[in-house]
Amino acid sequence: MKSDRTKICLLAVLVGLFLGGCSTSSAVRVRPWERAALADDSMNPDRDALGAAMTEHVYFAREAASGGRGVGGSGCGCN
Amino acid sequence: MVSENRRFAVVFHLAAIVAAFAGFVAQLPAQVVAGGYFPPLNSTGLSGGKVPVTKGHVVLVDFWASWCAPCKASFPTYSLLQSEYADRGLIIVAVGVDENVSEYTAFVDRLKPTFATLHDSKRALVSFIQVPTMPTSYLLDRDGKVRFVHPGFRGLQTERELRSEIEILLNEKAINQ
Repeated sequence: MKSDRTKICLLAVLVGLFLGGCSTSSAVRVRPWERAALADDSMNPDRDALGAAMTEHVYFAREAASGGRGVGGSGCGCN
Repeated sequence: MVSENRRFAVVFHLAAIVAAFAGFVAQLPAQVVAGGYFPPLNSTGLSGGKVPVTKGHVVLVDFWASWCAPCKASFPTYSLLQSEYADRGLIIVAVGVDENVSEYTAFVDRLKPTFATLHDSKRALVSFIQVPTMPTSYLLDRDGKVRFVHPGFRGLQTERELRSEIEILLNEKAINQ
């Protein structure tokens, strides 16, 4: 019984440390002063108006959701 | 079966607690906040010009970058504040954190600020301060203590806040001279 509890605690600590490692700031976080590339115009998804319109059109056609983005309602015809 | 489910629940909750603690420890911010002391500017490896002597002055330290639009918007305001309050003892130091020195220089050449601009080329100071966003400005009193922090720049609202805070600090006398 005591051995089982020890195993459970050990397992919990190992899993916890593993999950905790996933959340370390140094692994994934881009600091505010390092965001030059992210602030570049090429990162703006709306920089090409024609391309954005075409993408929207394809999205609406495929998803059968005309009016579903940026317009009230979801294309269900219920409002 | 019930026993196994219970065991899983115990393991999961214990793991969640350990994970949360590990994540909390790893992400503890080391920011300089209001009430703390700002590191001396002349010992932080800043380049791009002469570091002004700030002892006994009210100092506004602003962190900016050439790719940051609000930073660009803030420069005319800082020029205005510098011209209005310099005689009473305000010093404005704008610290650029651009990785590329040519981008830093081009920005300064284009905007021609009337206050001191320095380059944190190794990003040592900004990393130490851990600024929460770009731009962020720190208003220091005559003793070098951080009294007010402004994350972001919101035009006239920030200008109004800065003016009232600068007035407060300029009317105070230094304690540790």
